[in-house]
Amino acid sequence: MRYAMVIDTLKCVGCSDCVVACQTENNVPIGYCRDWITETVDGSYPKVDIELKSERCNHCNNAPCVRCCPTGASHIVEGGIVLVTADECIGCGACIESCPYDARYQHPDGYVDKCTFCHHRIEKGELPACVSVCPTKCMCFGDLDDPNSQVSNLLKERKYKVLAPEAGTSPNIYYLIK
Amino acid sequence: MQEEIFISGRHLPKIDPFLEIWHWQISTYLFLGGLSAGILFFAALFYLLGKENDMKATIKTATIIAPLALIIGLGTLFIDLSHKLYFWRLYTTVRITSPMSWGAWVLLLITPLSILWVLSYSTEIFPSLNLKFSWLKNFQSFLIKNRKLMAIALIPLSIILGVYTGILLSAFNARPLWNNAILGPLFLTSGLSTGAASILLFSKSHFERKIMSKIDLALIFIELFLITHMLMGMYAGSQVQLEAMQILVSGDYTVMFFVFVIILGLLIPAVLELTELIGFKVPIIIPSLLVLMGGLIFRIVMINAGQLTRYLY
Repeated sequence: MRYAMVIDTLKCVGCSDCVVACQTENNVPIGYCRDWITETVDGSYPKVDIELKSERCNHCNNAPCVRCCPTGASHIVEGGIVLVTADECIGCGACIESCPYDARYQHPDGYVDKCTFCHHRIEKGELPACVSVCPTKCMCFGDLDDPNSQVSNLLKERKYKVLAPEAGTSPNIYYLIK
Repeated sequence: MQEEIFISGRHLPKIDPFLEIWHWQISTYLFLGGLSAGILFFAALFYLLGKENDMKATIKTATIIAPLALIIGLGTLFIDLSHKLYFWRLYTTVRITSPMSWGAWVLLLITPLSILWVLSYSTEIFPSLNLKFSWLKNFQSFLIKNRKLMAIALIPLSIILGVYTGILLSAFNARPLWNNAILGPLFLTSGLSTGAASILLFSKSHFERKIMSKIDLALIFIELFLITHMLMGMYAGSQVQLEAMQILVSGDYTVMFFVFVIILGLLIPAVLELTELIGFKVPIIIPSLLVLMGGLIFRIVMINAGQLTRYLY
């Protein structure tokens, strides 16, 4: 089992529905977010290329946050999902420093919080909140170890990239670029 | 082709637009931790070499700084935690891959050990001190009997403490400025150098001062060599490391780094200590305080500049 998310940058319109859905589903405190939209602009009109994409924790195979956590609060569960146990977290900030995606934040209550791939929803067989609301269906969530899953097929058929592969984290959010 | 990146829907406190998770608490702690590591290392080393009567400041008087610095350092570390009431979670597990876990365990051992070391010399450091309770006297004589054991334990513990303050930062591959293997030895050398400098402040014997300034001088040169090495490594590194180097050599922290750390904190004290060793009279307080200031500013620069370096955005 290896959960991954495949996001089609050609379909994403940057509406931020995923951001709002996540904030609502996970009771993310106001002013914080677990996912966000980046807009990369190349060139200028009329020769312009804009890439929109939704970003979040990459649930890395080689997660530096889990490696650096001094208490084991950051850990990897079934399916490769990186989670934080709030009452084991001391709020030292090591995981925030170690994340090349800056996907973690300190919750106002003190502990560190981040995207959970909506672990509570996956357990019930539902999709993560962000994926379930996407109006352009640009996001796809599934098991990479299953060669027939939609995510595996998309990665076979299309050209993709991951963010900051040079950081050596082996991330699990894939972006379709062609 | 010009590339611009906009991030919408995100303005995380202390993370955007640049990381500000660690502040003065961490730099102060790294400084005090390195300082205590240096003092305890020299105390234990010269005790084991049998220099108890020749090196009074190194083995006895200066060691009172170590427990004080460690306790203040632990205090600043505690202030930095955002989920404070759970700090004991550090001691319910040992995480081999996390330098911070190593550090937490080493601190748990070395802090009481440094207090016991000072306690074993308390009547010599404070001649007017009168241990009122007989059990305290018994305890002290027990400690005096076991000084050799304490010294043997202090040597590896102080080295781990000194190295860990650097490894702690170099373990973060997300921050290119910190992510180099030289940081461990560099912080250890800097810690030993600040330790030697503070021993010089306490020392009254000419013999001891001469030994410690020679050691400090050697450490300053090693530190300069390691800093050059670090910059060369970044210069030959990947794009993110080149950008990290720019912050130190032609960016926001250049003046602080070159003027306060390299020139005032390393070169001038080296010249002053050298002139003293040749035979000229230099008040030892000047190079010592400069080294201590350089050590503190070096850690402030590394903590603040490191958090400006990143992979994305």
